[in-house]
Amino acid sequence: MQHVSSLREPLVTGGKTLHDVTQDICYQVEAKPNLRWMAALSVALFFLGVFFYSVYRTVWYGIGEWGLNKTVNWAWDITNFVWWVGIGHAGTLISAVLLLFRQKWRSSINRAAEAMTIFAVICAAMFPVLHMGRPWLAFYVFPFQNTLGSLWANFNSPLLWDVFAISTYFTVSLVFWYIGLIPDFASIRDRAKGPIAKFSYSMLSFGWKGSAKAWSRYETVSLILAGVSTPLVLSVHTIVSMDFATSVVPGWHTTIFPPYFVAGAIFSGFAMVLTLMLITRVVFRLEDYITLEHIALMNKIMMVTGSIVGVAYITEFFIAWYSQVEFEQYAFINRATGPYWWAYASMMTCNVITPQLVWFRRVRYSIPLTFILSIIVNIGMWFERFVIIVTSLHRDYLPSSWAMFSPSIIDIGLYVGTLGLFFTLFLLFAKFFPVINMAEVKTILKYTGDNGPTYNPKAHAAHAHHPATHGAPASAPVTYNQHD
Amino acid sequence: MTKQYALGIFEDEDVLLHAVENVRAAGVKIYDVFSPYPVHGIDDALGIERSRLPIAAFFFGLTGLSFALWMQIYMLGFDWPMIIGGKPHIGLPAFVPVAFELTVFFTCHGMALTFFTITGLYPRFKVPVMDVRATDDKFVMAIELDETGSQFSRLTQLLRDNGASEVNQKEMTNN
Repeated sequence: MQHVSSLREPLVTGGKTLHDVTQDICYQVEAKPNLRWMAALSVALFFLGVFFYSVYRTVWYGIGEWGLNKTVNWAWDITNFVWWVGIGHAGTLISAVLLLFRQKWRSSINRAAEAMTIFAVICAAMFPVLHMGRPWLAFYVFPFQNTLGSLWANFNSPLLWDVFAISTYFTVSLVFWYIGLIPDFASIRDRAKGPIAKFSYSMLSFGWKGSAKAWSRYETVSLILAGVSTPLVLSVHTIVSMDFATSVVPGWHTTIFPPYFVAGAIFSGFAMVLTLMLITRVVFRLEDYITLEHIALMNKIMMVTGSIVGVAYITEFFIAWYSQVEFEQYAFINRATGPYWWAYASMMTCNVITPQLVWFRRVRYSIPLTFILSIIVNIGMWFERFVIIVTSLHRDYLPSSWAMFSPSIIDIGLYVGTLGLFFTLFLLFAKFFPVINMAEVKTILKYTGDNGPTYNPKAHAAHAHHPATHGAPASAPVTYNQHD
Repeated sequence: MTKQYALGIFEDEDVLLHAVENVRAAGVKIYDVFSPYPVHGIDDALGIERSRLPIAAFFFGLTGLSFALWMQIYMLGFDWPMIIGGKPHIGLPAFVPVAFELTVFFTCHGMALTFFTITGLYPRFKVPVMDVRATDDKFVMAIELDETGSQFSRLTQLLRDNGASEVNQKEMTNN
């Protein structure tokens, strides 16, 4: 039995019963793929083709295919890597941190957000591996004893920490996501009609039956995994930021990087979750599960983390001046007024000004505005990484080696290509897997649905913004005192 | 070997919870309860002991931490010491990130494997279930019957009195 204030907005609208939840979410899995989905998949597959072509060029001809030069030897590749890893962070935040804080609204978005995490990390991993030039030797990053002697990996290097951080993050997210999927696969299995569906979902469901003891363990395991994922998600972007912060390059060598990167990661991740969810809820008709309330809550997190990022930008400038280090000061003046001023200006506009609009209730609850904001934030966050990486490198200590960076067509192809890879994976997920965690939504349905016993529609009459879908009769009357 | 079960189907978690208490109070042993989502409080009602999984988690974490520290100290400190930037061979602060990541890695995967093993979860071709609606919207209480199934009518009455919407008899091959 749970107790929820009657003043809370319902998390599931439309007077849903338990069976409705199964029906609504399994519908997409069981139905034939619709035309819109197939059209979207074809576009994604086209860009996946672009990705494979760019990978072929990079691997066959070497990384000379990219626009890198002697001075700017890290550019789009690492920008894209950090951007994708950052996007992944929202998924773990929703699935782990919000679970520990008992934020029930996470239930309708955690499945898709975790899927997004996994696919984003796959995309991110492409860049450092391809930048090796000889990706078939990628296993050298692990501490293998190689044939030349017992030379091990260098554990003092943040790049090696990154290897451990990203691999742990990927596998932990995958396992956490899969354990959550098992009960829902069982739901689909028990409804399946065709032999292929029955077989596949039997395999995927691992023989889940929903017995009381299994559920009890399931909850314990979920809590423990959430408990270890919470510091993990903070550590991952901390370590990514250390790739820069432990160097001695002016503009990188700052102690503010870890918290600043983590906030930026969650900021861009929530923007991506919003972009995906706003599309998913319309395409799969999930408006009753991903309500305006959910969108407003995600907007608020975006605003908070966006403001932290804004403060970090200003702090960096202040510290550059306060440190009285000439090179540090030049790096920041050059960032804002040098040849890459346009990148800096885009970053400031998209990341500092845009999230402040969310203070307005009207913006927070508006679907078109939220959608536009989420795209702008993702563009801004890409520019942030570009600004940090390229502007710090392109004018180093020796003016004779100053250079500019311009991406080659293969650079662009790889970036656009990973977007294709990401959306291909996401579209396949959305079609064959339940996009919303049915079991978790059912858990909260009775007490936070708008037909639950503790929900009082009258208390909400004052809030005119919410569509009037309340008041459906309770389908499962509460009779828990009847037998006492 | 096949076994007979009486299945009480319930519509609501709170009705089920009270039924579990009353059925156990009536001296009937409940085989298992199947539900579409975790029903809070059912562990106590069924007398399921608190899981010792958190203890396992601690030891998995400890294993990960020790392994990571041993690996880094052995490799860089003893097996092939390298001078990197004039720093000590065993620079513990630099070993913290990898030690932390491997602690999490071992905890998570150890927990997942333990969970799958003790709960008997593994990919299989066919899953025999008591009632397919238990993963949809019904709460199913299963009670084992003897060979003859003679207590069925008495149990039907008991379950009905405690709010079951239907009571079925089901034969299951032992699993």
